[in-house]
Amino acid sequence: MVDLGIKFCGVKFANPTVLASGILGVTASSLKNVILNGAGGVTTKSIWLEEHKGHRNPTMFGTENYFINAVGLSDAGIEKAISETFPEYNDEKPAPIIASIVAGKIDDFGLLAEKISECDPDIIEVNISCPNVESEFGKPFACVVTDAAAVTKVVRARTKKPVIIKLSPNVSNIGEIAKACMAAGADGFCAVNTFGPGLAIDINTRMPILTNKVGGISGPGIKPLAVKCVYDVFKATGAPIVGTGGVLTGEDVVEMMMVGARLVGMGTMVYYRGVEGFKKVVVEVEEWCEKNGVKNLEEIIGTVKI
Amino acid sequence: MEGKKFDTKPVTIRIKKIIKESDTVNTYVFEYPLGAKPGQFVMMWIPGVDEKPISVAYDDGKEFWLTVCNVGPATAALFEMKEGDFVGIRGPFGTYYKIDDGDHLALVAGGYGAAPMYFVALEALKKNCKVEFLIGARSKDFVLYTKKILGLHGVNLHISTNDGSMGFTGLVTNLLEDVILDVEKKDEKIDKVFTCGPEMMMKFVGDIAWKNGIDCYVSVEKYMKCGVGVCGQCAVDSTGVLACRQGSVMKYNYVRKLSEFGKYHRDAQGKKIYFGDKK
Repeated sequence: MVDLGIKFCGVKFANPTVLASGILGVTASSLKNVILNGAGGVTTKSIWLEEHKGHRNPTMFGTENYFINAVGLSDAGIEKAISETFPEYNDEKPAPIIASIVAGKIDDFGLLAEKISECDPDIIEVNISCPNVESEFGKPFACVVTDAAAVTKVVRARTKKPVIIKLSPNVSNIGEIAKACMAAGADGFCAVNTFGPGLAIDINTRMPILTNKVGGISGPGIKPLAVKCVYDVFKATGAPIVGTGGVLTGEDVVEMMMVGARLVGMGTMVYYRGVEGFKKVVVEVEEWCEKNGVKNLEEIIGTVKI
Repeated sequence: MEGKKFDTKPVTIRIKKIIKESDTVNTYVFEYPLGAKPGQFVMMWIPGVDEKPISVAYDDGKEFWLTVCNVGPATAALFEMKEGDFVGIRGPFGTYYKIDDGDHLALVAGGYGAAPMYFVALEALKKNCKVEFLIGARSKDFVLYTKKILGLHGVNLHISTNDGSMGFTGLVTNLLEDVILDVEKKDEKIDKVFTCGPEMMMKFVGDIAWKNGIDCYVSVEKYMKCGVGVCGQCAVDSTGVLACRQGSVMKYNYVRKLSEFGKYHRDAQGKKIYFGDKK
């Protein structure tokens, strides 16, 4: 028997797979369905203080190698989270839930952190790295060391819940940004958000396909880039990390954990393997452990020989 | 891995022909081997404007049709387009109406639901089915596809309008009850009911089929973004089932247990909108 359980910031997860933010996270029933399909935990779609309109369709499409999206963080606002999503999820709560929060102004993150804490999530993920709302809000906070630290500080001041910062890969030194967030009171990280943004053109009309023109890139093509980011963040901080980016299989999960991830986020995997992919990935991790004499998954974290 | 086709990039195709069905409804004809089954939908991209889910109204392997009602800014932009212009297509997506050989079917269409139901009728005839085709609409101006349906041998067309301007005066649900009775009087029975139209109508149609012990399949349509089971926008309470993947065509004995069906839907931000609310 392999123990797939992982403790992350004091929270016990039955297995290391976590639904990434922005995927299947609009309603509590959808999140619960993801747990039923094998995920060890879920992350909500990013929650704003007020209702936030996303971009018009097309907001995403996929190919064999990559997925591109610019949903634009559509959300009904914190009131829906308070009155609907969390009460429904926490009623017979099936697994830990990570609340993702997002704001356009640094100070708004503080109020959001305070309000979302009352919903009793296990962990708060601070989304400062979405690449799809630059036209509204400018460069993501995660791309500037002082901004990333400032957001972390205001969130830390307003909540006792574990706080993880969702980092952007679109920076020259991700380790330096992670260190600054740790100094400002972060408990850990989710690394990384989507890459780019990228641009996809329809050559018949000579027009961008996404209405937002540009969109974040995810999917199998980004995995080695994401693995490198997780490695850099782990080396710089040693903090607990939800390693996210291009993970589709059990072996991908093992790889992420070897470079330092304690938990592994999956989003675009659902496009390639369906929501039932979580169950398959967990089985694949278990099989790998059995074959390689790993009894407790905690054993492999950060064991890369480099 | 699971060996499915992963390319969901829109394919841009020229509009071959535009057929005016009524003041507010056009049919767009495309020469393209889409390969849709009746009940499936595509995401139709109006370049630079928006992308909307549209049910397929016809597909013979060489050509397909999309019948669109002009209801908002996206469709208004589409109605400005001309033959020869490009639109983008992703799909076909979703489940479809499964037709068994020799069944006696009741197809119940609300308004422009007549278009995808026409596609069902064509496929049903290929499988030697008997078809009762019911269309319900507010008034005769909203009754579509009658000429095409009347041209089908083996299909009985029944029409109801709320204002009595065409066919039976009243609701299509009353008409369905009459049709079920009439068929029984001939010592026959309706084997399945397939319905496509406004959600409240489909709920009542489903309930009638349920009461009569007839299998019923409904087309669950929710706000969609990805169309491929990723974004979660079309997740339906209370199970989180996805209208784009496990639907849109679902069996009513499952759908009737969903707490959301017939009560509310959600907007692009995921906020609940109850049927009957002004907003």
